[in-house]
Amino acid sequence: MSARITLHTTARILRQLRHDPRTIGLLLVVPALLLTLMRYVFDSQPAIFNRVGVTMLGVFPFIAMFLITSVAMLRERTTGTLERLLTTPVHKLDLLFGYALAFALAAAAQAAVAAGLAYALLDLATAGSAWTVAGLAIGNAVLGMAIGLLVSAFAQSEFQAVQFMPAFVLPQMLLCGLIWPRDQMAGWLETISNVMPMTYAVDALTEVSRHADPTATMWRDVAVVIGCIVVALLLGAATLRRRTS
Amino acid sequence: MEIAIGVDDLVVLRGKRPVLHGLSCTVPRGSVTGLLGPSGSGKTTLIRCVVGVQKIKSGSVTVLGQPAGSPALRHRVGYVTQAPSVYADLTVRENARYFASLYGIGHRQADQAIIDVGLKQAADQLVTTLSGGQRARVSLACAWVSKPELLVLDEPTVGQDPVLRNDLWQQFHDLARAGTTLLVSSHVMDEAGRCERLILLREGRIVADDTPAAVRAATGTDDLEEAFLRLVLAQEKAVA
Repeated sequence: MSARITLHTTARILRQLRHDPRTIGLLLVVPALLLTLMRYVFDSQPAIFNRVGVTMLGVFPFIAMFLITSVAMLRERTTGTLERLLTTPVHKLDLLFGYALAFALAAAAQAAVAAGLAYALLDLATAGSAWTVAGLAIGNAVLGMAIGLLVSAFAQSEFQAVQFMPAFVLPQMLLCGLIWPRDQMAGWLETISNVMPMTYAVDALTEVSRHADPTATMWRDVAVVIGCIVVALLLGAATLRRRTS
Repeated sequence: MEIAIGVDDLVVLRGKRPVLHGLSCTVPRGSVTGLLGPSGSGKTTLIRCVVGVQKIKSGSVTVLGQPAGSPALRHRVGYVTQAPSVYADLTVRENARYFASLYGIGHRQADQAIIDVGLKQAADQLVTTLSGGQRARVSLACAWVSKPELLVLDEPTVGQDPVLRNDLWQQFHDLARAGTTLLVSSHVMDEAGRCERLILLREGRIVADDTPAAVRAATGTDDLEEAFLRLVLAQEKAVA
């Protein structure tokens, strides 16, 4: 592994993104737009917007980075650039960390716009600090990126890759407690939600919205999310095979 | 003769079907060796074995004294795939600079590689806007920017205009004179005469492994296309 190669890879991925201004626009504007919609859907119930809005700040980057990474990685596989890179001095981890860093930066920009808008114009109120919310949003983006990278190994086309989003992400959104409290679901669903990464990502954000200072529960959630990132990246590295048949 | 690539009794399966049937051949250092044969003869599979990305069933491939695919070889071997494997959403220059950076090579040499493949005018164009032949040259620039000891090129001249193809072959020979070993595949027999050595491949077996002059002499014809045909027919007669 080499920090130099990792950073050059990050720069290359950001350059690819820069040549695609429409994607940048969508990344920055869509979450802000959806938050605005949500704010006025819950116009009569600001308390609900405070609860749901803060979790959406974390969920949007997860979804966006999941989609972008799975398609970007699929392109590396199908255009032959991955095979080529693996014959050069690039280490698999250079590639993975290169992607993680590039998309974490993109997620930071996305979180800054969305959180800035939510706090400044949409009257979002949380007990904890906006910085913690933004930090968690970036963590969720890296989680989405790591899982997207892993599932891209199982997609043979962009059609399939895009459909992994509803397959992998929507069940987690349904079960993570955002729509209905987990302890009021059927027991077996709660058990399933206990092993889904997004449950912890959303729980951490809920903690920040309710408590002024970081709580022990929040730190546990953060630890689980980091653990999931590491596991997904390691499994993802295992799918980057130098030798194929 | 110093050997750059040694292939010994190599067997490769695609599914259950063998695509290389116990191949053995050698490529001398500092030469341009042509790997010729019709489409589907196993050229790309053999090339993938040399650069160490192909799973093999049995046999061995030794490259620059080490088993093919060894980590140390990744600094010493350049590989150009058949389909141009570069980033279509980057410019020519950004592609060359990125691949150069993987070897710790600076911008100046990356820009020189672009000039070498005749893309100076298109350096700041996105690859997606280029023609097929230009894309193939971007891919080539990204491999030779690292000045590898062994350059493995899978059909680098397909779709190039005759003048440029001539230039490329000239450059291959210049590189070989400077000590680089080149393994160049092609399905066009008129390129065979430009190589110092030939490996003729058909249906996963070697038909000939010799210099063009020796192949011509053995078959009694100056036309290498005709020579290839005679060799195949002679072997089929021998088997029957």
